[in-house]
Amino acid sequence: MPADVTIDVRNLRMRYGDTDVLTGVSFTARPGEVLVLLGPNGAGKTTTIEILEGFRRRSAGDVLVLGADPARGGESWRARVGIVLQSWRDHSKWRVRELLEHLSRYYRAFATDRRPWNVDDLLVAVGLTAQAGSRISSLSGGQRRRFDVAVGIIGHPDLLFLDEPTAGFDPEARREFHDLVHEIADDDTTILLTTHDLDEAEKLADRILILCGGTIIADGSADALTRRISTQAEVRWSVDGTRYVHSTEDATAFVRGLFHRHDDTITDLEVRRASLEDTYMTMVRQFEAGRRDAAVREFSEVASS
Amino acid sequence: MNPTLNAVRAGVSRGLIELRQTLTTPMDLWNHVLPSVIYLVVLYFTRGDTVPGTAFSLGARTLPSLIGMTIVFSGLSTMMMSLAVEREDGTLLRAKAVPSGMVGYLVGKIVLVSSMTILNIAVILVPSLFLLDGLAIGSVTSWLTLAWVLVLGLVATLPLGAVLGALIDNPRNGGLAILPIMALIAISGIFYPLDGYPDWLASLGRVFPVYWLGLGMRSALLPDGMAAVEHAGSWQHLETLGVLGAWAIAGLVAAPIVLRRMARRESGSAVIARRERALQRAA
Repeated sequence: MPADVTIDVRNLRMRYGDTDVLTGVSFTARPGEVLVLLGPNGAGKTTTIEILEGFRRRSAGDVLVLGADPARGGESWRARVGIVLQSWRDHSKWRVRELLEHLSRYYRAFATDRRPWNVDDLLVAVGLTAQAGSRISSLSGGQRRRFDVAVGIIGHPDLLFLDEPTAGFDPEARREFHDLVHEIADDDTTILLTTHDLDEAEKLADRILILCGGTIIADGSADALTRRISTQAEVRWSVDGTRYVHSTEDATAFVRGLFHRHDDTITDLEVRRASLEDTYMTMVRQFEAGRRDAAVREFSEVASS
Repeated sequence: MNPTLNAVRAGVSRGLIELRQTLTTPMDLWNHVLPSVIYLVVLYFTRGDTVPGTAFSLGARTLPSLIGMTIVFSGLSTMMMSLAVEREDGTLLRAKAVPSGMVGYLVGKIVLVSSMTILNIAVILVPSLFLLDGLAIGSVTSWLTLAWVLVLGLVATLPLGAVLGALIDNPRNGGLAILPIMALIAISGIFYPLDGYPDWLASLGRVFPVYWLGLGMRSALLPDGMAAVEHAGSWQHLETLGVLGAWAIAGLVAAPIVLRRMARRESGSAVIARRERALQRAA
């Protein structure tokens, strides 16, 4: 495996009883990359993440995470992986600083020049300095999630897993959380996160993976995925108070022509491409329709033979 | 730095932090120490009664038996319940996500449960030394015997508690596991000598650690003459060592296997599923 690949998954399969949850998932991730895994409920996002975390055994396929098979990771591998878990009522009697200091002790046996985080710096980074002496049970929902992130990154991981990190956040907490994720990624930490929030995916992702029907149906930047679905852009403008809308393949040429004709009487100019949400919905629907068609074809072949 | 050794040290400090938290949380302290206070009251009121057929204080005879029982209750059931509860609430998953975190978690639990057991014993024993007559506490041998029975008792019961805790999926079923322990105590001669029981029942009681912990503690704290009232007419130190030792070995062999299996199955989705079940019950 080349040194500049953090995650290398090939043809990963997972089967529970008679149900195939993952039917062949393949993707890679590079250091410092933020990957967002999207997909409908039950598509296998959590299963995929838990296999990569080393918390679940896979049925088949090749998986390398930080150069090792997560099913046989060992403790020094574990020290390089960060996992943001959703706290509930664990460690409720512990104080914020107390638990962070305790957990950081385990990483001292695997210390590097940046591992583990200094607890004071970590508290500043997640914005919990004022709560350092508070009991964990007294934290608000947003503070608690930031605390979960602090626990996840305390070992200064090379790879961080975030499974639906902002579920239940208010917009302000979400914005703060996004800034934090950017800071972590700037530190050369690879991040793999799942979310249902497409706006969040667009803001955070270097690359988006869409998992549907147990396989990756799309892999690319938000921009590249959008272009794959629709090359059309919508141009809106006003001339003398009248609003116009026009769809075009070549928005730049169209707008140039527009200025040529109307010059500075044009106001309120907007050029819009399909949003990630449009793209996502189209891709998932196309995939599901394709699967239905295939099932119908198979059925009629069986019926006619 | 050796990671396992480092985790053992972290575990010891974890146990001490949790001990401090327990001692400074009035509700926890009350839950842990209440049974010992009740025993103490019972001992106080039975100090004037005598063991049937002797002139010996019933309270003084019951004290060491209760100490033996406390080791089982505190060691086995506290260990069992905290493992079941902390698996449900995700404490164990957090430990699993940290390098050598499980080692630290278990060492911490052993330190916490052992300390609380010793504290519970002290709550019963120290006032009894002043309230009860007839105890043989003047010799060093008494205290040495108490020490080895206590240590062996903890080594025999803690791994068993961990195994049971790992097998219970829902902490609310923990109460069901307490019932057999109560039944075991009833056939272990803690409150009354086993003479009145059918032979097969008394023999059954002698298979389990409760009986031997009671006997061992009686041998430590009662005058030698009281051995005559026991089943074999002696303190049976070798047999005590043998039975408790066998349970300790069985527990120490089974615990890592069962705990590893339990840890392997922990994942974020498992914890979330349990949380949803728990919240549904609450609603």
